[in-house]
Amino acid sequence: MSRPELQAPPEIFYDDTEARKYTSSSRIMEIQAQLSERALELLALPDDDVPRLLLDIGCGSGLSGETLSENGHQWIGLDISESMLNIAREREVEGDLILGDMGQGLGLRPGVIDGAISISAVQWLCNADKSSHEPRLRLKAFFGSLYRCLARGARAVLQVYPENDAQRELILSFAMRAGFAGGVVVDYPHSSKSRKEYLVLTCGPPSLSSATPKAKGEDGESCSEDDSSEDEENPTVCTLDRHRPRKKQKVNKKGKGRNWVLKKKEQMRKKGNVVPPDTKYTARKRKARF
Amino acid sequence: MKLLTHNMLSSNIKGVTNGFPLGIEAEKVIERSVDMNPDFLKNMFSKIEWKPLVEASRIMGYSDLPEDVPDSSVLDSEEFLRKFHHALLEIHLEEGALVCPQTGRKFPVNKGIPNMLLHEDEV
Repeated sequence: MSRPELQAPPEIFYDDTEARKYTSSSRIMEIQAQLSERALELLALPDDDVPRLLLDIGCGSGLSGETLSENGHQWIGLDISESMLNIAREREVEGDLILGDMGQGLGLRPGVIDGAISISAVQWLCNADKSSHEPRLRLKAFFGSLYRCLARGARAVLQVYPENDAQRELILSFAMRAGFAGGVVVDYPHSSKSRKEYLVLTCGPPSLSSATPKAKGEDGESCSEDDSSEDEENPTVCTLDRHRPRKKQKVNKKGKGRNWVLKKKEQMRKKGNVVPPDTKYTARKRKARF
Repeated sequence: MKLLTHNMLSSNIKGVTNGFPLGIEAEKVIERSVDMNPDFLKNMFSKIEWKPLVEASRIMGYSDLPEDVPDSSVLDSEEFLRKFHHALLEIHLEEGALVCPQTGRKFPVNKGIPNMLLHEDEV
């Protein structure tokens, strides 16, 4: 599937049918909920049960805002697509909705917002969809106004899908130029599917609190050694014959064994899949009378 | 649109130096009851610009808020919190417009959603 960013400007791409499709897909809803849950976690609001006033940039149909409401926060959502906002209204989300373009600046009073999240939206700013659009100016206006409206020490967590490294650099450099401290957190960097990038930005000078949090599924040192030793044990034979023999299965009477299962589970874990924990029952042989 | 949002919004048309507060033209106002959370109200109190809130709530037909800026001791009074809560979160502007205080440009509000999109020459 090609990127929606390449097809049409957001206010045209997310028309009535696309907006409805987006919000009726249980898969998208689940992913959006997970992303916003993680964004809220990265926002690191003080743990005192006081509801905060948050900003949801590119709130769309309010899927991400629902997570905020579930956690008791008040939120203001901004989106450029009227169709998406209409669906949000139909779904009776609790936050307040504004039809606006983040590339024109946010238009909020300085220092009033306790935190901002944005799910899969900021990369749209890198496109020039109209002759008057200049991505650099739009990024500057966006990050400048975001910096102003956040309270001191507040964070902004922006989940983005940059198209390439240059785009990531561009977004990050404008965030830094606006005065933000912080960096990119990449969850599940080994997996192409579950890989998710979050820009974690802190308003104000760098400090302990602005240190970039740790990503999920990052440690992958143990795997490389195992792989190389495995390869030496079972060197692959290359046949150029048209009728090459079927791949020999490495199964003997004992089965593939516990180590093989553990290795596979580790691989799946690194991809970000949900894998049951390793226990003494893992790959245990069944009794003969079963 | 809640008055909480109105109290945060300002006009960001190019060249406008003081876009706050936006004027309100109310055509249809509705009320929706929301659970009160005293902690949130106490947290928000310091961030609210009081005069514009009183002014806005009066236009929306609610005039129980005290005229002058109350000091923070009133936050212990249940009665005050209830009024504050009602004005901030329960009164919604459903149809109408927001008006830029400097240029008079109107931002229409339809179905409770203010349209803050700027024209190309306003950016």
